Amino acid sequence: MNAMLLNAVPLASQVINLCAAIMLLLGFAMLAQRRVLTLINLFMLQGLVLFTSTLIVALSTHQNHLLWSAALTLLLKVIALPYILHRLIRRLSVKWDIETLLNIPTIMLIGIALVVVAFNVAQPISQLSGTITRATIGIALACVLLAFLMMITRSKAVPQVIAFLAMENGLFFAATSATYGMPMVVELGIALDVMVGMVILGVFFFQIRQQFDSLDIRHMETRREP
Amino acid sequence: MNFYALFAQLLELVVALVLAPILNGWINMCRAWLQNRSAPPLLQTYYTLSKLFHKDVLLAHNASTLFRAAPYIIFSCMALAAAIVPTLSTDLIFAPAADAIALVGLFALARVFIALAGMDVGTSFGSLGSRREMFIGFLAEPALLMVFFTASLISRSTSLSTIVETLAHREFVIYPSLAFAGVAFTMVSLAENARIPIDNPTTHLELTMIHEAMILEYSGRHLALIEWAASLKLFAYSCLGIALFFPFGIPEAADPLSLALAGATLILKLAVGGFVLALIETLSAKMRIFRAPEFLGTAFLLAVLAMLVHLLLETGQ
Repeated sequence: MNAMLLNAVPLASQVINLCAAIMLLLGFAMLAQRRVLTLINLFMLQGLVLFTSTLIVALSTHQNHLLWSAALTLLLKVIALPYILHRLIRRLSVKWDIETLLNIPTIMLIGIALVVVAFNVAQPISQLSGTITRATIGIALACVLLAFLMMITRSKAVPQVIAFLAMENGLFFAATSATYGMPMVVELGIALDVMVGMVILGVFFFQIRQQFDSLDIRHMETRREP
Repeated sequence: MNFYALFAQLLELVVALVLAPILNGWINMCRAWLQNRSAPPLLQTYYTLSKLFHKDVLLAHNASTLFRAAPYIIFSCMALAAAIVPTLSTDLIFAPAADAIALVGLFALARVFIALAGMDVGTSFGSLGSRREMFIGFLAEPALLMVFFTASLISRSTSLSTIVETLAHREFVIYPSLAFAGVAFTMVSLAENARIPIDNPTTHLELTMIHEAMILEYSGRHLALIEWAASLKLFAYSCLGIALFFPFGIPEAADPLSLALAGATLILKLAVGGFVLALIETLSAKMRIFRAPEFLGTAFLLAVLAMLVHLLLETGQ
């Protein structure tokens, strides 16, 4: 019965499902990754997968505005942001930084629980939606929650920013899978926001390092106002 | 009784026994090439085995019957395991018995005996290796079972033949859950076969060794059987990986023509798989034993994720 149901699903939808699964896999890989440099590369890969899936949705449903947002994804998340991040960690000389004190098995277990929650929450939503990608809403939600978890568990500034960007990836994926993307104005606005946010955070990094001689956020908690 | 099925089953056993040392030799050759060394000959494992079979057996004074029986038990477990994985055909005599859970049980039986034999003589190295082996085993086994359960959920059966038939002979469908399960399976098989991120297969007399520490007291034909069993285990795991994730080309029938074709495909797939394994081993460094729970925990979680993804994406809304 299972196989019969699957055969009714077109190939494009299958490829999108595969992309969604890889997104989730990359989300977990980022959650467990200690090295900053590999983290950026994983983020770039996630952008690439997002671009592929958006492109396939655009081509298979003839939604021309999605082509634009796919191009925007490629330009921003696969080329521009990783380039900026690479330059940033080189200038901050944290290229080989390793996050210590990370209990990976526990974090992964919490991640699994989050995925279960996300899948259950998304089930009724996906039944309302009529797009070919509706099964992936749960995965998009899970990606967002995993990025949240990553922001909470990391103590260094650069991984936290990457988590923030990964969360935006998940949101974008959710928008594509639930409603074939947001209006162009909104998408452009978000893209610009992310870009500007990245620049501001880059400035912040240098300020934090100047103040505390380290990019560890925990130093900010112990700071006393004069 | 179906004559062809019996023939295919016997042929599979023979192919496993013959090809397993060659696969081992091929992996060693690839590793040597990738590391810029001159490679040992392809049949090196055979030369080692024949040398060991001609040597006398030296036994420790306090070695018990279990110590002498263990190599035979381990060897027969591994030979059976390699024979029941459907590689040449899915129409086999043992097909009703070739259950995924039974296969995990066979591997566990062999593991228990090799660990007991390691502790039997009472050297510190032996018991150290046995403890580590059980430690790795108890982490790897649930992950392996979860991988099998994912494949079983897709084909609604735990029988390996049915799984292969479903995956290879239905209309082509992309299963995202199998991508997760494949990564988990690779991690588990690296750990189970004492390959590099967990254990170094080429090491002798080091404090970090696991598999070699247990068999340190063996010599002569006993050692030869254990070495052969280890290569059979690697062969069985490679065939399992092929059967679960790349089953294309495994025929349902067992007539001579399709068997020959399946044999050629199998050798090609094993050659590629062996090269990939050598590549993984060259590119990664051995990790500390206390990082092993993290590595295998990740494998387990990936396998659980595979099941979740299957339930969400592939069962239909």
